[in-house]
Amino acid sequence: MPPLIRSPLAPRVALALLLIAALALPTVAVWAGEPFYLRLGARILVFALAAVSLDLILGFGGMVSFGHAAFVGIGGYVVGILFAHQADGSTLFGWPGTTNGYIVWPLAMLAGGLAALPIGAISLRTSGVPFIMITLAFAQMLFYLMTGLKAYGGDDGVALWSRTSFPGGPNIADHATFYYVSLGLLVAALLVCWRLVNSRFGRVIRGAKDNERRMRALGYPVTRYKLTAFVIAGALAGLAGALLANATLFVGPQYLHWSRSGDLIVMVVLGGIGTLIGPVLGAAALLLLEEFVPEAMNLVHAGLGEHWKIVLGPILLGLVLFARKGLWGLVTGGNRP
Amino acid sequence: MTGTSTSAAPMLETRALVKRFGGLAATDHLSLSVAVGELHALIGPNGAGKTTLIGQLSGELTPDAGRILFDGRDVTALPVDQRSRRGLARSFQITSVFPSFSALDNVALAVQAHAGHSFRFWRDAARDRRLSDPARAVLERVGLGARADVPASALAHGEKRQLELAMALATGPKLLLLDEPMAGMGPEESARMVELLAELKGGVTILLVEHDMDAVFALADRITVLVRGAALASGSPAAIRADAAVREAYLGEEGEAV
Ligand SMILES: Nc1ncnc2c1ncn2[C@@H]1O[C@H](COP(=O)(O)OP(=O)(O)OP(=O)(O)O)[C@@H](O)[C@H]1O
Ligand SMILES: [Mg+2]
Repeated sequence: MPPLIRSPLAPRVALALLLIAALALPTVAVWAGEPFYLRLGARILVFALAAVSLDLILGFGGMVSFGHAAFVGIGGYVVGILFAHQADGSTLFGWPGTTNGYIVWPLAMLAGGLAALPIGAISLRTSGVPFIMITLAFAQMLFYLMTGLKAYGGDDGVALWSRTSFPGGPNIADHATFYYVSLGLLVAALLVCWRLVNSRFGRVIRGAKDNERRMRALGYPVTRYKLTAFVIAGALAGLAGALLANATLFVGPQYLHWSRSGDLIVMVVLGGIGTLIGPVLGAAALLLLEEFVPEAMNLVHAGLGEHWKIVLGPILLGLVLFARKGLWGLVTGGNRP
Repeated sequence: MTGTSTSAAPMLETRALVKRFGGLAATDHLSLSVAVGELHALIGPNGAGKTTLIGQLSGELTPDAGRILFDGRDVTALPVDQRSRRGLARSFQITSVFPSFSALDNVALAVQAHAGHSFRFWRDAARDRRLSDPARAVLERVGLGARADVPASALAHGEKRQLELAMALATGPKLLLLDEPMAGMGPEESARMVELLAELKGGVTILLVEHDMDAVFALADRITVLVRGAALASGSPAAIRADAAVREAYLGEEGEAV
C-alpha cells in the first residue's frame, strides 16, 4: 500500500508534539473560556490509561481480554465504596471509609490486580475464542454483582460529592490540577510499560504472542509470565478506575459492562495495537467522536444526534480500514515507539 | 539399568512406549536407548511415527503407556518447559520460529530461557550482552552471522532451518532432538548442515530424524529403523545396511541406493 501521508513524522517528533498539546490544553481551555474541554481532556487521559493497560496484554501478549472494563470498574468502586463509608461514618470489615488518595488509589490498583489474579489464572488455561468468552463471562459476572450491591446503590451506583484528597499534596478538586495529575500518571504508566515490554519479561510475553508452543519448547513456563502481565494490566486498569470515579464523581455497574470493554478494545485497535502511544490516540479519537458526532448531526437536523451510534460505527470502520496500523502508524509511518 | 552408574546409563531411554491416535498405534511398545554422546539416527517411512515419538520425548504429547527416562530420571510426567530446562532441546520438522523477532533475537530468546528466571521488568533486554553475545556466537556457528538483524519472517527457507537449529543449540542442551533438520533444503545447504552436525557430534547427544540417507549413513553412530511405530531394527550403520528386513521394508521401498 502506498503511504497515505507523504512525510510521516518521526516517532520522537510526534511524541513531543503530543506531549506539548497535552500540557497546553488547560491553558488553552481557560483562555478560550471553555472549561468543558478540560473535563473532556481528563476523561481522555483516564481512558487512555485504561486502554494502554489493555494493550499491554492484548497488543504485546496476544491475550484478547473482553473483560478489561471489569478491572477499571473495580478500581472505581474502591473509591466509591470508601467514599460512601466515609460519608456516613460507617465501617467496612471494621475499617472506616476514607477519601485519602495515598490510601485509596493504591488500594484501587491492588484490587484491580487481585481481581485479575484468579480471573487470569482460570482464563489463561485457554486461548483464542474461549479466552475471549471466559474473560467476558467473568466481567459480566462482576457487572451483575455490582448491580446487586444494594448497599452501594445497586443499579444506580454511588454518587461522590468530592474528589479524592491528597493531604499535603495536589488539590485535585481543581479541574486543571486533576488534569495534570492524570497526565502525570499516564506518562508514568507509559514509561513503565515501555520499559516492561523491552525487558526480559516483555520479550517473554511478546515471544508467547508470536509462538507460544516454541516458547514452551525453549523452556519457558509461559502461563506464569502471561498471568503476571494480566495482573499488572489489571492493576493499571484499577488505577484508571480510581481516576474515572474522580473524573465523573460517580461509580456504577455500567463501568464494568461488556460494552465498555469493547470500547477499550476499539481504542487499542483504532490507535494502533502493540504500540504504547496508539491506545492514547485511540482513546482521544473515540471520545472526541462520541462527543462531536452527535453535535454535528444535530446541526444538520435537530434531534438527529440521537442516532449518533449509527454514524459512529461506519466512521470507526472507515478509520480502521484506512489506517491499517492504527492512528499512530498513520502519524509515524508504521514505526513502533 | 538402574541409573546409578552415570557412565553406563543412557542419555535417553523409552520403555514400552505406546501412543495411539484412535485405532492407529503411532508408537507401538517402543523401547529405545540413546547412549551418552552418540548420534543416533531414527529413520522410517512417512507416517512411521517419528515425529510422534519426538513429540512424546519433548513432552508435547502424552504417551498412553510406557516410560521415558532422560539423563537418569523419569520425565514421563514432566511438562515441556521443565524437560527443556533439564537439557532436552528439540527442533521442529515444520519450522517454528518467532516471525516478528530478528534472527538474533530469536536465538537470544533461547539463551534467555536458560539464563535464570525472566521476571526482570526494567532493563532493556536488547542491550544485554549476556543475551546477545552468546546468541551471536551460535548464529555464527550455524552460518547465519550475516543475517542477525533480519526479521525471521524474511529469512529464506533454508535459513529458517538453520535458525531452528540455532535456537535448539542456544539452550545448551544435553540432548538434541532434531526432526528432519534438512527438510526442504537445497544440496549446498544440506551439505553445510551435515558438516555442522558432524562438528556437534560427540559434544552433545543427538537423536536425528532424517530422510536423507546419505546424511544419515555419514553421520550416525547407531540407527534405529521405525516402521508402524515399532523398532524394526537397531544397530550400527553397517548392520542396518546389511539387514534384509530393513532393505525390504524400508530402504528398498524408498528406492535408495544403499
Ligand atoms: N495428532 C494426530 N492425530 C491423529 N493422527 C496422527 C496425529 N499425529 C500423527 N498422526 C498419525 O500418526 C502416524 C505417525 O505420524 P508421524 O507424523 O509421527 O509420522 P512421521 O514418521 O514423522 O512421518 P514423516 O516422515 O512424514 O514426517 C501417521 O499415520 C499420522 O497420520
Ligand atoms: Mg515427521
